[in-house]
Amino acid sequence: MGEKILMKGNEVIAEAALRAGCRHYFGYPITPQTEIAHYFAKKMPQYGGTFIQAESEVAAMNMVYGAASAGARVMTSSSSPGISLKQEAISYAACAELPAVIVNIMRAGPGLGGILAAQSDYFQATKGGGHGDYRMVVLAPSSVQELYELVVDAFNIADKYRTLCMIVGDGMLGQMMEAVEFRDKEDIYQADKSWAVTGTGMERDHNIITSIYIDPEVLEKHNLKLQEKYRKIAENETRVEVFNCEGADIIVAAYGTVARIIKNVIKTAEKEGIKVGLIRPITLWPFPTAEFEKYADVPQAFLSVEMSAGQMVEDVRLAVNGKRPVYFHGRMGGMIPTQKEILEKIREILK
Amino acid sequence: MAIVFQRPHALRETQMHYCPGCTHGIVHRLIAEVIDELGVEGRTIGVSPVGCAYNNYLYFNCDMVQAAHGRAPAVATGIKRVHPDNVVFTYQGDGDLAAIGTAEIIHAANRGEKITTIFINNAIYGMTSGQMAPTTLVGQVTTTSPFGRKPELHGYPLNVCEMLSTLKGAVYVERVSMHDIKNIKNAKNAIKKAFKVQMAGLGFSIVEVLSSCPTNWGIDPVNALKWIEEKMIPQYPLGNFKGKDLEV
Repeated sequence: MGEKILMKGNEVIAEAALRAGCRHYFGYPITPQTEIAHYFAKKMPQYGGTFIQAESEVAAMNMVYGAASAGARVMTSSSSPGISLKQEAISYAACAELPAVIVNIMRAGPGLGGILAAQSDYFQATKGGGHGDYRMVVLAPSSVQELYELVVDAFNIADKYRTLCMIVGDGMLGQMMEAVEFRDKEDIYQADKSWAVTGTGMERDHNIITSIYIDPEVLEKHNLKLQEKYRKIAENETRVEVFNCEGADIIVAAYGTVARIIKNVIKTAEKEGIKVGLIRPITLWPFPTAEFEKYADVPQAFLSVEMSAGQMVEDVRLAVNGKRPVYFHGRMGGMIPTQKEILEKIREILK
Repeated sequence: MAIVFQRPHALRETQMHYCPGCTHGIVHRLIAEVIDELGVEGRTIGVSPVGCAYNNYLYFNCDMVQAAHGRAPAVATGIKRVHPDNVVFTYQGDGDLAAIGTAEIIHAANRGEKITTIFINNAIYGMTSGQMAPTTLVGQVTTTSPFGRKPELHGYPLNVCEMLSTLKGAVYVERVSMHDIKNIKNAKNAIKKAFKVQMAGLGFSIVEVLSSCPTNWGIDPVNALKWIEEKMIPQYPLGNFKGKDLEV
């Protein structure tokens, strides 16, 4: 490991991508993630890479589609309204099994909403967003250090499974400056990309990248193949942090920035004699269902805390499967849940 | 015995799905002949559209990528930036390029992307069964302009070459037609020049090809060719709009 330096979350995303071998970035400006583009615009020429400020999010994601088809490590980034525009090409890329990394530094919606931090794109990221039966790996870092590590991992997972990987952070994570320690060298997964379009060189049959299968039997078969891939990803790539859950009175489910607030709540609650556990999904998809099942009998109740109207709580309920009550506390619009209000909610539940 | 005519190597030996009298197949052949003559099949990557030619990736021997509706120029941009030494072309119809993909084509051209676009203008949406296109002629009856295209309701036909030729990044812009042998020969020359302009790294090149759609126009193939000559060409004059004197 190298020395610790102070960096902004958004810049760390771009730096991590460069370290992971990403040489192609296509994006469109939108707050609160634009520093990612600024960083690439400045650095890409040094690496002989490509930075294009596209005419739209739609075009940017289709450029990603092209570059991924051509076998490159490629990424785009945006914030919520822009991610909505990318959904067309996201669905196409999922069907064509193209590896790429998409970053969503979430802001509050719906609509143009606001520019402050939110987690209200959980459904969009984990349950589709675009049309059709597809999944993408959704990674949710909760610190700048983890942002760096997960961006590198995202490129490796994308290449390993020929899948899309989305990093979801919130505006706070993107904008905050924190110490980060970069490794001297990254482990880069060496994928076989003999499927990519590179030109046949008159040495092989032509490669085709497509997402259209007019014959229903063929399309169903392709869907079954995708589902099998998603099953494998769920088996191998599910990540979760379990903290303080043995003998907990209540277990809180939270991810990203909110999980950090919960760690402070845990300390304060302990002084009152309340043991609060935390299950922090690091992959929102695949969701760490097994960890919730494992601890389902331990606490009196579960509580999902989110910066949304209640989205991840649905997956928590499915995982706990009625064994314990599952409560929800959330803030919206760019408001951040405070330790005080979370603690009050916990006291009320345990009363 | 000398072979005087055969399938170009860049075309695959397979049956095409196009309707009788449709000129898509001829344009495919011209592109393939150009690829053969330039000797670039091994380093060419094509981008298929959405529309009647959606699966022309099955017909070309080079590597192919199928793009979402209208997005071929963005997809081609991604490919070309990864493989700058490859020859990258898009094949797009008038709904694809001139309606849903207007932003993508204008900005790819304006960036001077070193790609070549073959733009099929047959004044109608073919695959979805004959709806009005941006290029539909005034008065032309389609399934979504059953009383004829009326400018006060639908606006006017969109002249893509005229529009793109105002952009600095678009260095070679030409409109050709499929209605007779002489014009088909001109079309091939234009396609060849467009590819050469790309290979010389000069910028964006586009060839608009006036094509027939007997099925959706509701006329027989012979009269469809006449319709191109008599009705389409007055609205879409043939010729070079830019890059005529480029030496490549």
